[in-house]
Amino acid sequence: MRDVAVVGFAQRQMKDFDGSPSMAELLVPILAECYDQTGWSKKDIGFWCSGSSDYLAGRSFSFVSAIDAIGVLPPVNESHVEMDAAWALYEAWIKIQTGEVDTALVFGFGKASAGVLRRTLSMQLDPYTMTPLWPDTVSLAALQARLGLDAGLWDEAALAEVVNRSLTDAEKNEYAVRAGGSSVSELLARPMFADPLRKHDCAPVTDGAAAIVLAAGDRARDVRERPAWISGIAHSSDGLHLGTRDLTVSGSAERAAAAAGGTAGVQVAELHAPFSHQELVLRSALGLVGDVQVSPSGGALAANPMFSAGAVRIGEAAKRIWDGSADKVLGHATSGPALQQNLVCVMEAAENGRAK
Amino acid sequence: MSKIPAAVIGIGQTHHRAKREDVSMAGLCREAMDRALEDAGLTLDEVDAIVIGKAPDLFEGVMMPELYLAEALGAAGKPLLRVHTAGSVGGSTAIVASSLVQAGVHKKVLTVAFEKQSESNAMWALSVPIPFVMPVHAGAGGYFAPHVRSYIRRANAPSHIGAIVAAKDRNNALKNPYAHLHNEGTTVESVLASQMLWDPIHYDETCPSSDGACAMVIAAEDVAKTYDAPAWIHGTVMRSEPTSAAERDQVNPQAGRDAAAALWKATGITDPAREIDCAEIYVPFAWFEPMWLENLGFAEEGSGWKLTEAGETAIGGSLPVNMSGGVLSSNPIGASGMLRFAEAALQVRGRAGEHQVDGARRALGHAYGGGSQFFSMWVVGSEQPSN
Repeated sequence: MRDVAVVGFAQRQMKDFDGSPSMAELLVPILAECYDQTGWSKKDIGFWCSGSSDYLAGRSFSFVSAIDAIGVLPPVNESHVEMDAAWALYEAWIKIQTGEVDTALVFGFGKASAGVLRRTLSMQLDPYTMTPLWPDTVSLAALQARLGLDAGLWDEAALAEVVNRSLTDAEKNEYAVRAGGSSVSELLARPMFADPLRKHDCAPVTDGAAAIVLAAGDRARDVRERPAWISGIAHSSDGLHLGTRDLTVSGSAERAAAAAGGTAGVQVAELHAPFSHQELVLRSALGLVGDVQVSPSGGALAANPMFSAGAVRIGEAAKRIWDGSADKVLGHATSGPALQQNLVCVMEAAENGRAK
Repeated sequence: MSKIPAAVIGIGQTHHRAKREDVSMAGLCREAMDRALEDAGLTLDEVDAIVIGKAPDLFEGVMMPELYLAEALGAAGKPLLRVHTAGSVGGSTAIVASSLVQAGVHKKVLTVAFEKQSESNAMWALSVPIPFVMPVHAGAGGYFAPHVRSYIRRANAPSHIGAIVAAKDRNNALKNPYAHLHNEGTTVESVLASQMLWDPIHYDETCPSSDGACAMVIAAEDVAKTYDAPAWIHGTVMRSEPTSAAERDQVNPQAGRDAAAALWKATGITDPAREIDCAEIYVPFAWFEPMWLENLGFAEEGSGWKLTEAGETAIGGSLPVNMSGGVLSSNPIGASGMLRFAEAALQVRGRAGEHQVDGARRALGHAYGGGSQFFSMWVVGSEQPSN
């Protein structure tokens, strides 16, 4: 495998994208930030890959006008996944591994405020048997939370603790849509939203975009003193049908972590958990024990821009390598109802265990 | 750093129809997948990862259908990637799948692309306007007809070239049991006599709307070498350019020219017209055959139609094009690009049945999408590449 690192990251996370519906306009300054961080121009990027969703945009080919943000004459080597940009990053990492290119710029974008997100996402279900019933995302997550409560795997206080920590950490994140810690007892006094979940247990509807720069070997060293070298990256899927899997565990997250080389020694884990109980499911599946710092950015409970929130987790984790505050970190992304698909990206300060 | 050689070891496709009411989306994908797995002599359990592609989700009315399809695709328990690059997606999906092998991450990857257009309404799905973007509410033909008109003027081409392509491809489709259209007796005259749909495009010069899927198994060198006739992947390429830019040439897009140049360079091909034995090119409207022959470098600019008129693109000509009947005979949009890639692989494996080109050793698979702005291509060969 080639040594590939995360060397650039820019993001926007906001309640709504006021003033203009064009994602190209949101992406232009973010790509510019990536150029600033790397000292590169468009010509230095060997491969482009984006993640987005047509249904979120309410139209076909939503990624087509987004590439206008790149300015693609002359044409570029480019691809797109209808997934979170974390999976676009995976495709870009693969492309660098083939040796065809040395650098890549990955971006994701989504404007959830344009519709009713939890209803839109119910279009992800089985169209013949489930979608006609319109079970929405929040209700499905509530079922998952209830299963864990009934099984004694967590209690409501544990969920509130996740929220309290996330929203306290989010106070330091300029992009957080929701922030401000409280106390477990105060949180538990708030009304139910989708029993047993309260509003603060569910990620806020968020618009946003993110971009990440990948580079191999010396190209990465040119950009950063401490590149965030990807020592393992993998993803896995479970079936969709909720009756055929145990929703209190995440087999796909566990398999992804194993395929990425395990999580031993990880100091910071940025988890994409749009519901508080899902952080508990993920911690367990990923084997995050002891004093691992979880989602110091505030995580998805503070802001959850669709189709870029997973990439944001990777970017936030990489920043901890760049600034020297950690030597081994993990970025995680999820997709689909009730944690159906999961991606794990482990990054280290040193290349594949070589001397730091 | 060099790539791990990879090859296609299994190919499957569905019977394409306007409406496949006998299968769900899952059943449609499985029909193609099961044929590809049977061809490769593998079970789903032996596959390391699944890569799926299709065109816009609005074509079926399901958001990210790969989530619902995960079990049917055999992806529960495995990595599942979903590619979407407009009409070129079938090709891009095959390229992403081959990259997973070439990168050394997986040994055996199953890739599938589908479109079940009868579930929704593609014309409507293509025509949702967004503010500040010029609306094109006339479907794909309305968008492309002016480019065809422009080509005819620039190349000074006779007006019957499109009909030659349509008659050729429809007759090739008669040799392909999977093709959607089996229109017996199609001639240049009958095509020209069909209704004018989007001037200068006649009804019989357009593609059908199909339900269908295509699947391939791509394997690493050590696995592929144990097979009789793998189709070795010699080179792959993707290029994109914007929809609207004042300097864009939509008749001969730079992204297509750049992609072809990169592909010929990567495969060591200096004279594609001579060194490529046959080509499956994405031709949804008949006139795109001469246009793409020029864009790909098979003919000088302005002279692609001469190859077509001389019969060189028919089976038996110097450069057979769209032996399967092409997009003009079956167009399940998301799968159409992969069908082109798969037909190229079938040809170099010598397994194209009645539409086999004698002695095909190196073939091109080509797809384009959006407003002629996304391109994906590959060259496959009967022999393992030396590079």
